[in-house]
Amino acid sequence: MQFTTFDPNSLLAILPEILLLGLIVLVLGLDLALPESRRRNLGLLAGLGQLAILAAMLAFSRPNGEGISLWGGMFRHDLFTLIFRGMFLVAGAATSLISLDVRGINRQGEYYAILLAAVLGMNLMAASNDLIMLYVALETTSIALYLLAGYLRDDVRSSEAGLKYFLFGSVSSAVMLYGLSLLYGMTGKTGLREVAAALTNVQDTLPIIGAAVMIAVGFGFKVAAAPFHFWTPDVYEGAPPPVTAFISVASKAAGFSVLLRFFTAVFPVIQPQWGPLMAAIAAVTMTIGNVLAIPQRNIKRMLAYSSIAQAGYALIGFVAGGEFGLAATTYYLLMYVLTNIAAFTVVILFANLTGSEEIYDYAGLSRRSPYLAFAMLLALLSLGGIPPLAGFFAKVYVFAAAINTGLVWLAVVGVVNAIIGLYYYLTVAKVMYVHRSEEEHIPVPVPRVYAVVLALLVVGIIVLAVGANPWLDWATQAARPFFVAGGG
Amino acid sequence: MLEQIPFISIIVFTPLVTAVLLMLLPPERKTAIRVISAIAAFITMALSICLFFAYNQAQGGYQFTERTDWIPQLGISYFVGVDGLNLPLVVLTGIVAFTGVLVSWGIEDRPREFFTFFFILVTGVFGVFVSLDMFLLFFFYELAVFPMYLLIGIWGWPVTREYAAMKLTLYLLVGSVFSLVGALAMYFSYTTPQGTHTFDMLELARAGFSPDFQRLWFLPTFLGFAVLAGLWPFHNWSPDGHVAAPTAVSMLHAGVLMKLGAYSALRVGVILLPEGAKTFLPFIVMLAVVNVVYGAFIAMIQRDFKYVIGFSSVSHMGLVSLGFATMNHYGWVGAGLQMFSHGIMTALFFAVVGMVYDRAHIRDIPQLGGMVRKMPWAAVAFIIGGLVSMGMPGFSGFVSELPIFIGAWRAGSIAAWYPVIAVVAALFGIPVTAAYIMRVVGRVFFGELPPQFAHIPGITVQDKIALAILVFFLIGLGVYPRIMADLIGVGVRPFLAALGGA
Repeated sequence: MQFTTFDPNSLLAILPEILLLGLIVLVLGLDLALPESRRRNLGLLAGLGQLAILAAMLAFSRPNGEGISLWGGMFRHDLFTLIFRGMFLVAGAATSLISLDVRGINRQGEYYAILLAAVLGMNLMAASNDLIMLYVALETTSIALYLLAGYLRDDVRSSEAGLKYFLFGSVSSAVMLYGLSLLYGMTGKTGLREVAAALTNVQDTLPIIGAAVMIAVGFGFKVAAAPFHFWTPDVYEGAPPPVTAFISVASKAAGFSVLLRFFTAVFPVIQPQWGPLMAAIAAVTMTIGNVLAIPQRNIKRMLAYSSIAQAGYALIGFVAGGEFGLAATTYYLLMYVLTNIAAFTVVILFANLTGSEEIYDYAGLSRRSPYLAFAMLLALLSLGGIPPLAGFFAKVYVFAAAINTGLVWLAVVGVVNAIIGLYYYLTVAKVMYVHRSEEEHIPVPVPRVYAVVLALLVVGIIVLAVGANPWLDWATQAARPFFVAGGG
Repeated sequence: MLEQIPFISIIVFTPLVTAVLLMLLPPERKTAIRVISAIAAFITMALSICLFFAYNQAQGGYQFTERTDWIPQLGISYFVGVDGLNLPLVVLTGIVAFTGVLVSWGIEDRPREFFTFFFILVTGVFGVFVSLDMFLLFFFYELAVFPMYLLIGIWGWPVTREYAAMKLTLYLLVGSVFSLVGALAMYFSYTTPQGTHTFDMLELARAGFSPDFQRLWFLPTFLGFAVLAGLWPFHNWSPDGHVAAPTAVSMLHAGVLMKLGAYSALRVGVILLPEGAKTFLPFIVMLAVVNVVYGAFIAMIQRDFKYVIGFSSVSHMGLVSLGFATMNHYGWVGAGLQMFSHGIMTALFFAVVGMVYDRAHIRDIPQLGGMVRKMPWAAVAFIIGGLVSMGMPGFSGFVSELPIFIGAWRAGSIAAWYPVIAVVAALFGIPVTAAYIMRVVGRVFFGELPPQFAHIPGITVQDKIALAILVFFLIGLGVYPRIMADLIGVGVRPFLAALGGA
């Protein structure tokens, strides 16, 4: 690792992170300066700030061609990084904006600062190209998320969620750290490509498999794949709703971003071993998520199990591998980020008015607030994989990727799961549209910011679907360097 | 110049655009919502009829095709077109959709949402019929399923709607998964000269799959769609679904959606896998005859007016399957005509049932009576529908059922039991149909008018227009069947050639 002559492009590459840091400082400073009555604007600042950073990234911080490694090989600046950073910024911006009217967190500068720190960590996770960088980025993200999950100190469930998340998370990241140190021990390198190159000379594959399994534990926790999913329902239920939304999408996507890059780059030598293992994990994850979602009565728990199932579908593309497989997973995550936040936005609005998270309290929502119910319907159908929404294409892509590589059984498991999944999504739709309630004449108030966010997300879901092709092209292009000799 | 206009896309997407427009209207402007819906549905109907007459029969083949790459990596394109097989069904959809809007005029509970979902459903149905790309076909197929769930669940008959809606949705989705697996098998086992895969059904039809492959995948593909066509023993969702649905949805459902299943089974199953069809259709014909006979007998013993029609619909769809199973010109032309005729007839029946129920609020046949005095139009229309249903000459039922029986008789060369089946279907199907139709007509429309119905209102102008349109087509086709039969004949010829039939 040596630093060559300083290149100003290195600074441009991490422009979004620099700006994020600036935004954190700004939010914290204003938190002190503003009176409490005006602190609602902090959320607006954080949300719009992230969108501005997204715009700045797209304008000034684009990678060239197959991308380059910067900062002594720590930071990989390529299209893949760009796409995932975009996802995190969108998720962070949407989360900030939908936190605006949630009691307990909406007037807290620290809340937004921690959220921004988590986004910062995720950005670095997607870009990290080195074991040390990876671990540091991962912990930056995780610690921020533990804090967010337990943010409502007076709420028992939130505190429990924070503690549970912390315990599960720290154990799994310790296991992963051990796996990373094994890799370092075997190769003496920390750069992903150097490690991969050195591993090809290692004769005995058993320790490599051991390291891979341990690292998979860490990522399995992040993406909530079975059998590391036990924390999910309790944390999702207990955490403040916007945080749940954020954890369910951004943290999962971040886990996937590293999983895709790391396993493709470092472990091609033992692909025959971890391939079937991951396929089994994908199948079990989908099935557990969908089956356990059916009996849920709390919408956040239902969405928690649904998110486990969604991770299973996304894993299919990863297992299938290749440019197309990774592109399918990336597209799946794009869809999932938009769709799940849209669903949670409705959950938050409903909880703000009624304080309820029970599915059966959604009765008559289509009469109370037709647009809100329709947005929820579209989100659920997208998660269920019904055309013309993005979820349909996402499922088609991952299943096609599986069949393409001969994993027909996995595609069949996926399709069966999709039908099971549809059952509980439709149940919520039924409650909203068919069931009547005594309160159905009371509309659910939708503040303007929420309306705009929700409308944008729904439009996004449809745009992603109808114009599926350019997005898939983009994702394919992003995955391409992974499979070029010397790339990744 | 005329060829430049994407007629098919306009027909397919006008309903969808209407749905979006309706969503943006304030919900309390109910009249505006109904008028816009009626205008949009009328435009689609008119365009579909124009398309019917604009089709060049001498030239044959696929016309008005439109093709744009959609997802080229996967060989998916937006590829639509019409031929003699799907054009009558496009017209049918246009007619039933328009009349469906007219008879839904009286819906007071959230008409905006009702028409929005109704139009999304109509787009899905049109889309399936015109798709020449297998992926597109499934896309529209799934698009049609979910609005139906909501339409039945929200506006359906309160007693069974939740049960029926979920049952129907799950049946159809499970069926479509089987078909989808078959479709994917075809997709992946054929490589184009460019080394990619394609969902283009025209190209897949030329792919020359091996006979073993065709026999292996024919059953899942065909039966998956046949669920939607109500083929026995997969018909179970259909009477429940028909009865639970609100009137316009029953019309669309029994009138058009079941054809969706039959058509897709033909387009994807039989046409792409002819060897499989030759092997299995002689056995499937036995299921079809069970449909005809069993459906008719069950219809006979129903007390609920709407269930009679529901089972009658299952019975008549059996004739469509029977016609396709003959694999000859007569049978297929008959089946094609029967799909159209049955669609209009069933729509008419359900429309009348809805009119009676909306006013009397019961459907129990023994408690009804004398309705002819209150709604003579509906009574006359129902009797005409009944005559069609019995296969009376001069009505569309006769011209479509007769070729099916002729075809079945001639199919004796394929398997010895075809003529027997034709006899059984004719012997039991037709008289029993006549019996239950006359029973319903006698009990519901004639006889003593029960005193509690003395003050029920008559049917509205919109209802009368709808009935008149439906009756017009039933008689028109009966008197001049060539207008459609020739077209279907042109459409089926190339496919029959592939099946080795004549």
